[in-house]
Parts: sequence; structure tokens; C-alpha cells
Amino acid sequence: MSLAGFTVDVVREKGFATEEMTLNMGPQHPSTHGVLRFVVKADGEVMREAIPDVGYLHRSIEKIAEKVGYHGFMPYTDRVDYVAAMPCNQGWAMVCEKLAGIAVPRRGEYCRVIAVELCRIVSHLLAVGSMTMDIGAYTPFTHALREREYINDLLEELCGARLTFNYMRIGGVAWDLPPGFAEKVLAFLDRFEPLIDEYNALISYNKIYVERLAHVAVISAADAIDYNLTGPNLRGSGVKFDVRKDLPYSVYAELDFEVPVGTGEAGTVGDCFDRYMVRIREMRESCRILRQCLAQLPPGPVLAKVPRKFKPPPGDASVRVESARGDMGWYCVSDGSEYPYRVKIRTGSFTATAIIDKVSRGLMIADLVAVIASLDLVAPEIDR
Amino acid sequence: MRELVLSLTAVGGLLAGVPYELAAALVMLLFGALVVFVFVLPVAGITSWVERRVWARIQSRVGPNRVGPQGFLQWLADGLKNLLKEDLIPAAADRPLFALAPYLVVAGFIATFVAIPFGSRLIIADLDIGILYITAVTGLVVVGVLMAGWASNNKWSLLGGIRSAAQIVSYEIPAGLSVFPVVLLTGTLSTQGIIQAQGWQPWRWFLFANPFTFAAFFVFFVAALAEGNRTPFDLPEAESELVAGFCTEYSGMRYLLFFLAEWGNLYVIGALVTTLFLGGWRVPHVTDHVVARTLLEFGVFFLKAYFFVFIAMWVRATLPRVRVDQLTALCWKYLVPIALVNLVGTALWMTLVPAAAHRPVAIAMTLAGAGIVVLFLARVRHHLRHARLQPSDYYLSPII
Repeated sequence: MSLAGFTVDVVREKGFATEEMTLNMGPQHPSTHGVLRFVVKADGEVMREAIPDVGYLHRSIEKIAEKVGYHGFMPYTDRVDYVAAMPCNQGWAMVCEKLAGIAVPRRGEYCRVIAVELCRIVSHLLAVGSMTMDIGAYTPFTHALREREYINDLLEELCGARLTFNYMRIGGVAWDLPPGFAEKVLAFLDRFEPLIDEYNALISYNKIYVERLAHVAVISAADAIDYNLTGPNLRGSGVKFDVRKDLPYSVYAELDFEVPVGTGEAGTVGDCFDRYMVRIREMRESCRILRQCLAQLPPGPVLAKVPRKFKPPPGDASVRVESARGDMGWYCVSDGSEYPYRVKIRTGSFTATAIIDKVSRGLMIADLVAVIASLDLVAPEIDR
Repeated sequence: MRELVLSLTAVGGLLAGVPYELAAALVMLLFGALVVFVFVLPVAGITSWVERRVWARIQSRVGPNRVGPQGFLQWLADGLKNLLKEDLIPAAADRPLFALAPYLVVAGFIATFVAIPFGSRLIIADLDIGILYITAVTGLVVVGVLMAGWASNNKWSLLGGIRSAAQIVSYEIPAGLSVFPVVLLTGTLSTQGIIQAQGWQPWRWFLFANPFTFAAFFVFFVAALAEGNRTPFDLPEAESELVAGFCTEYSGMRYLLFFLAEWGNLYVIGALVTTLFLGGWRVPHVTDHVVARTLLEFGVFFLKAYFFVFIAMWVRATLPRVRVDQLTALCWKYLVPIALVNLVGTALWMTLVPAAAHRPVAIAMTLAGAGIVVLFLARVRHHLRHARLQPSDYYLSPII
């Protein structure tokens, strides 16, 4: 039997015929985090298959790059991952600088790291908050968003935008930190760090919450590497790999921070709870990085001299940055003209989508929501 | 009631010549309508406003504060809006069932008010089997929810309906079993009888009668929350999983009716807990004036019941949702055995423990219970103080 292109297995037993139910989850489902669709084959509440269907948010960003030029593409990079736009800015700026061999002033690099780490906290707050919301607790979400608003205020002060920043430029950043910015960030960190403990007290170690996440959708370290998971999803499986630490770029080599990995403290290493806790702990590490950056901030210019008509020599370059969703790859081919010949973006959410079918077989429909949330999928980043 | 009907049907009365049974039915209908429109609907509506405000406070938001003072009339505005909305019925839906389902749900909850005693004189009908009746009519809710889930012809609705049926049927058992210890103690199923067997003093409440009723109280409250589809058991309409569960396809007034039943049910849960375990409307003897006494009784009952409504809101704002298998496991592996132990334990307590020991045990338990409450409140106070924003926290947006 087939139903709209999907085969349906009919099981006959003692005269009764039962068939699996094909559920269409998304693209307008409340917890698929944007326009993401899953075709779920379910036996009652138990999933037999959950096939992701991506592409609802495809905006051909890579192709646009070929028409708008190197400088003009920077605002588009904000749209690659609008939850954490700064790392995308940084990726694009870095690949262009690598193509043309431009050295970024040190203060510019520090400004970049400050902006990126603020953005990482924003992204993880949203991930943690929406995860609790998907599990059914509404209060932690509003508390997480409250703190996110403060960072948005800070970022607005920094670059005039709250979501799509367009802060970085090829060769540095557009503006230096505004006066009093460092004090405000420190005041925020003083308030925010105890609040991470409060999140843990509020929800992380809540019995129901742990029961919902422990042992659910366990991804082994080998599977995580095979499926090319990155960032917190990879580290949740116990693999200690962070681009900032292992392939340091910008000024991360000068900064002292830990790379938290999943320990299986509630269940098995690599379950949903581990991925959640990795994000919670990374927020703390980001705070550490921010404090160091603000203390070490060198004087000087923030933007190198880059011609308005930016024409890198022919060739190609690729960079890897650690975005909030992991190892983000930027590849650019230049033919010597004002426009890039080809741009390729490799994002963490896209590869994470692939493992959902594997880990969600045999789980319940309610668990699928937890799996999606724990992998921190952001639909625009999947489709670009 | 009987005298009222007799005076109405007497010669020269308003209903002179009308047979007694018909007149009695009419009067009851009138009283019922009065109770529904003057009490039940506003209580359900106002509860929706209270819940949204309490929730907002817990979530550091503001909540509805525009319609009327502090947004108090928000529920009227919402009700009016939903009445005026188009009543959509999907083309593929089973029209009669789809249209009927919300009314069954509402009927199931409104019918419980027949046997809820708001005061020694404020009860529509003091049925001999009051508690049994309430347990029975709440069963209508599951029929309505199943109908809604099936008739919507939507897979999310169907899943919601099935979850709801499984949940309510499972949790009826611990809820029912937790009522029995109280019935054992009183020997009556009448709600008024149960309240009259208790006193206004906390140590004469059944909550503290013996350790088993104390446990039964918690089992009953948890099971009632589950029956009322409240967090952490709000699986049938789990927003993040099933879109809106069984009411996914509903809109306008029919959609509102489901929520009216939900908020009304909250109050019913509180009223039942109050009746069974917290001494109901019992007040100390302060006045012989009938109206004053009735008002006092009503106020005490209402506040006790509403306290549990508040607790349910608090729980909803605090806890995440359990999964389907965990839900049934909690019911069958923990609540049902505990409820059975409570039942047998109460029976043994009544036969084995000498009557002279009952009062000291009750007082000791009351003191222990009061101690727990004081400790809890101290903790809450500590956390509230800890969480309060200091002026230095307003370092950014002065607007906030």
C-alpha cells in the first residue's frame, strides 16, 4: 500500500489488520524550530522512522555571494544562522582575509572574539530555553530569554542591530567597542554567572526533566564522528574537539578556557541530557573568555586598510570557525574579479539532521521533540 | 427546596396547577442555570485570568493587564472574541461528532457542581452517592475528548484523544481508591455527610486523621491533576508534541469550551480535595444569623478550594511534562499500590488502633504538617529574597 508516495506496511495478525501511521510533523509544527519537516512513521506513539525533509528555508545564499561581491555578502552571512550571526560574519571575513592575505589588527580580533562569545551565549540560551519549552516547562524559557535580551541590548550598542549584526568587515570590525561597553559586559557577566546555577537549580536537575532526557537518543562517539556531528552535539558524545582549541584561529590560542564534554552524569554518554549540559557549561566558558578578552584588550585600530574594490588574487581558501552549532566551514574560490567564483558553507545543523532518523527509531513521538531540541537545529542554517 | 416547590404549586402560587414533579424539575433547572451562569462560568473565566497573571509573575512577565483594572476583565474580552469568531469545521471532519464533543466535555464538568457543597445549605442536590456521582460524571469528559480527537480527522488530534483516554481511565483508579479511605471513615458517600464528619479545626480534618489518609490526600491530588490534564500531565494537548492535541482543529467558541472545562475542572479538583480532606465549609460557631453563617461557610470553602487552584498553577509553571510511558508507569507502579495500601491501612487503623489514640495522633500529625508548611514557606521566602533584582541589576535598559 502506498500513501502519497510513502509505503505503508500492513500487518495482519489473527484477522486484524493494522498499519503504521504516517505522521507529517512540520513544516508548521510548533517544536520543529522553524520550517523543518519530518515524515514520521509511527506505531501508536512509537516511531519506526523519522525522515527529515529539509529545504523549506533555502534562500540560495551561496549563489547570492557570486553576485553581490565580497563586501556586499557580509550582511547575507547574518542570515545563514540568525540565532548566532557573529560566527558567520567571522567565517566570511576570515576566508576573505585568507584569500587576500590580510592581517587583522589585534584589537579587531579581540572585538571579534567578544562579539562572537556574546553571540554564543545568546544562542545557547535560546537552545537551552527552547529545549525546556519543548519538554513542557515554560518558565525557564522566559528566564533564558530575559537574559538574552540583556545581551541583545549589549550587541545593539555594539553594532546597532539585535539579531542580524553585519558587524564585521573584511580586515576587522566595523566599529570599536562603544565607551563603557567593557563595564557593561562585566556587569552583565557578574549577574549572569550565578544565573547559570539558577538554571541548573530550576530545571536541569529536575527529576522529570532528567527522566525525559537521560538515556534518550544516545549517540556514541564513533557514530557522532561518522555522522559528522560538530560542536556541542559532538562534545556531548564525549569527543573533546573544539575548533577554538584544536585548530586555534583569531586570538583563541591566547585565551584560557575548557572544552566541556558529555560525561553521562544522568544516563549514558551521548544522550540528550549530555548535549544539554554541554551547552550549559559552554555558556560558563564563554563568560570566562569574555572576562579575559576584556582584561587583555589591546589598544590600536580595529580595521585594516582594505580597498573598497576588493579583488583577491585567484585561488581558493577555506577556514573553520567554531560557531554555536559547531564546526562551520567556509570555502571560497576567487577568480581574481570583484565577485567570488564559488562559495560553500558547511554548517553543523545540516549534518546533525542526518542522524535524527538513526537515533529516533523506537523512541516515542515526544522524544523526537527532545532529540530535535537537543541537537539544536536551526532551520535557516540547514538550508542556507 | 421541597417547601419552595410546594408553595409555588399551591393555589395562588406562581405555578398553580402545574404537577409537583414538573414544577420541581423547573425549579431545579432554574437553580442549575443560576449556579452555572452566576458562579461556574465566571469562576472558570476568572481562573483563566488569575492563571495568566500568576504564570506571568512566575515567569517575570507582566501578563494581561489592559482590559479593566489589572486586566481583570480579560476573560470577558476573550470570551466575547471567541464567540464572534467563525466556527470552523474542517471539510473532512465528522460533523455531528465534531460539533457535539465540546458540549460533552463542558457537561461533564458542569454536572459535578450538582453535588459540590459550598455551604451547609448551599448545595444543588445532596445526593446519597455524591462522591460516586462526581467520579461518574467526570467520565463524560473523556468521552468528549475522544470524540473530539476522532471526529477532527487529524492525526495529532487522534493521538491527543487516545492519550487522554488512556490517561483519564488510568488515573480514575488511584483517584477513586483515594476517596475510599474517607468513605470508610465516614460510612457515607454523600458530600455533605463527609464534611459533617469533619470539624473546622485542622486536626479534625481527614487529611490528618491518620497517616494513610495523609498519603491518600497526595495520591488524590496528583491523580486529579492528571485527570484534569494539568502539567505535568498535560499530554493530551501537549503543545510542543501534538500541536494542540485533541483541540487542534477547533476554533472559536468550541475551542474556548474545552478551556472553560479545563479551568473549571481546576476548581472542581480543589473543591473535591477540600470536601474530602480539608473539612469543607466547616467554620467555628461565630454567629447564629443564617445568611452570615452561609456566607462565611461559602467564603471558607471557596478560599480552601481556590488555594489548590493556585497550587495547580504553581505546579504548571514549574514542572516539565512527563512522557506517555512514564505517565502510565507512575499511575500503575506507584499511585495504584499506594492507594491500595492506604485503603487497607485505613481499615486496619480503624479496627486495631484504639479510639482514644485517634485524637493525639491527629494533633501530632497536624503539628508535623504545619511544620512542613512553615519550612517550605521559609525556603520560598529565602529564594524570593535571593532572586529579587537589586537596583544595580538595572544596569542596562532603564526602560525595564
